[in-house]
Amino acid sequence: MSLTDLTIAEAAAGLASRKFSAVELTAAHNDAVAALNPRLNAYITTTPEHALAQAAAADAAIAAGAAGAAGPLTGIPLAIKDLFCTAGVRTTAASKILDPFVPPYESTVTAQLLAAGAVFLGKANLDEFAMGSSNITSGYGPVENPWKREGSDAKLVPGGSSGGSAAAVAARIAMGATGTDTGGSIRQPASFTGLAGIKPTYGRCSRYGIIAFASSLDQAGPLARTVEDCAILLGAMSGFDARDSTSAERKVPDFRAAAARGVKGMRIGIPAEYRMEGMSAEIDALWQKGIGWLREAGAEMVDISLPHTKYGLPVYYIVAPAEASSNLARYDGVRFGARVDGEDLIDMYERTRAAGFGAEVKRRIMIGTYVLSAGYYDAYYLKAQKIRALILRDFTEAFAKVDAILTPTAPSAAFGIGEKMDDPVTMYLNDVFTVPSNLAGIPAMSVPAGLSSEGLPLGLQVIGRHFDEETVFAVAAAIERAADFTAKPSIIAGGAK
Amino acid sequence: MALCCPKPKGNLMSLDETAVRRIARLARIRVDDAEVVTLRGELNAILGYVEQLNEVDVTGVEPLSGGAQMAMRLRDDVVTDGNIAEQILANAPDRAGMFFAVPKVVE
Repeated sequence: MSLTDLTIAEAAAGLASRKFSAVELTAAHNDAVAALNPRLNAYITTTPEHALAQAAAADAAIAAGAAGAAGPLTGIPLAIKDLFCTAGVRTTAASKILDPFVPPYESTVTAQLLAAGAVFLGKANLDEFAMGSSNITSGYGPVENPWKREGSDAKLVPGGSSGGSAAAVAARIAMGATGTDTGGSIRQPASFTGLAGIKPTYGRCSRYGIIAFASSLDQAGPLARTVEDCAILLGAMSGFDARDSTSAERKVPDFRAAAARGVKGMRIGIPAEYRMEGMSAEIDALWQKGIGWLREAGAEMVDISLPHTKYGLPVYYIVAPAEASSNLARYDGVRFGARVDGEDLIDMYERTRAAGFGAEVKRRIMIGTYVLSAGYYDAYYLKAQKIRALILRDFTEAFAKVDAILTPTAPSAAFGIGEKMDDPVTMYLNDVFTVPSNLAGIPAMSVPAGLSSEGLPLGLQVIGRHFDEETVFAVAAAIERAADFTAKPSIIAGGAK
Repeated sequence: MALCCPKPKGNLMSLDETAVRRIARLARIRVDDAEVVTLRGELNAILGYVEQLNEVDVTGVEPLSGGAQMAMRLRDDVVTDGNIAEQILANAPDRAGMFFAVPKVVE
């Protein structure tokens, strides 16, 4: 088996037993990145020399190695979504307005990954400011999904916004990646590329140093090829940080141990409202399969109702743009980023923002500006916040009866680059199953469960209680074991499948 | 729930071109005439979609502003960093000594 094909758990064991060195592992990934990234466009910035230096340090740590002295990710090459500030390495948020930005500081999540020994291969592409479900809105060009429909060479989207992260891990040009999830941006691309990906509870990972989109919804999380790898990564990414006012002062559980727990005796909720008119029959069939797998593994299925589900997306498309319009006010051409000169200060702001932001970002800033403006705040923003409370109440009532909830991750498999572009709302519907957990702040994970009739991966979503990622991991791992998903994408390091 | 795209109902929430220009001005984004036409259609599609929220009775419901299930934490009111002016100015598009520089504001 080639080094790029290993899971993180396998690679960590191989490094510990000196089967190969961290430099060999990173060099294999650097080569794969150089070979495939020109086509996939999964990375905006690659840092191969930096990665090799980090790998050499990892080898030194392993050599010095009193057992356990090296961190859990020592020598593991990762892709970092280009929304995480990395000291001295350009960070763009896939926006031309941040094209020249080199952060002088490191985000808490990436600092913790570095402290755990990780190697960073580069900065992964995304939808501009994480606003999108296709990676098409990136200012640095779209990402190609390494998966193809059977018998077709059409380029498909990897999902979004963490599309570069997902494409990199699926194509084996990273062993794992960081993502962020505001309305589904980890889970939907994980589903589209055959990966596991978890959005933890709001507050589990520090938001310090992550370029803000919608602060009450944004959460960091990992994408990886197995549930166990996600557990290893999330363990390193999580924990209290005084620099984030909404960071949770809670102990980080052993997620890896939780993934091995099993689901015997658990009660799993199946929400009636997620069976939607127009959803493809094979998504529904996969969902039924998942129900069967969990029942066989000893869980009890319980029909539940989440009556405000259909209002999740419209609430999201008020709350997220409102917060975005406020967060993105800082890009004015004064303190950082690109500037376009104007006749006066206001003209300079307006020209800078017109040139620096792409169409989707402008749309969302303007919607947000409108729903917060005098005379409209109560009708839109306040109303949306009240319905957000009802969505949380739906989940709270459901979790009085069940331990976790099983749903599809997305209403379809990956679609073609250029499809679903006719109007913004069609694209927004991708997030219909993922948005409610962001609004409620609860953890949710996508796990690969099967292939569509066209040979594309499809994911199932496991939703849990606040700060109960352990149950989410246990259920996701049970689905992973039953699904035995071994299919690989067409475009992959080391050649075709 | 159908996976289709509701069209705006009536003109209740429909934005005209003047309103689009006003919003762009508030958002400090320069827009040309062609963009105003496109944006008007797109913004109205989004506003038409969110209009379904009017069906929901929210009498007596307290608004939920965030995902954190906790009270906001207070911190000690102390200085935790400083003397990093060069770092702060390092990304400035234009600077004058230890200051950010902008076009002239006062004649």
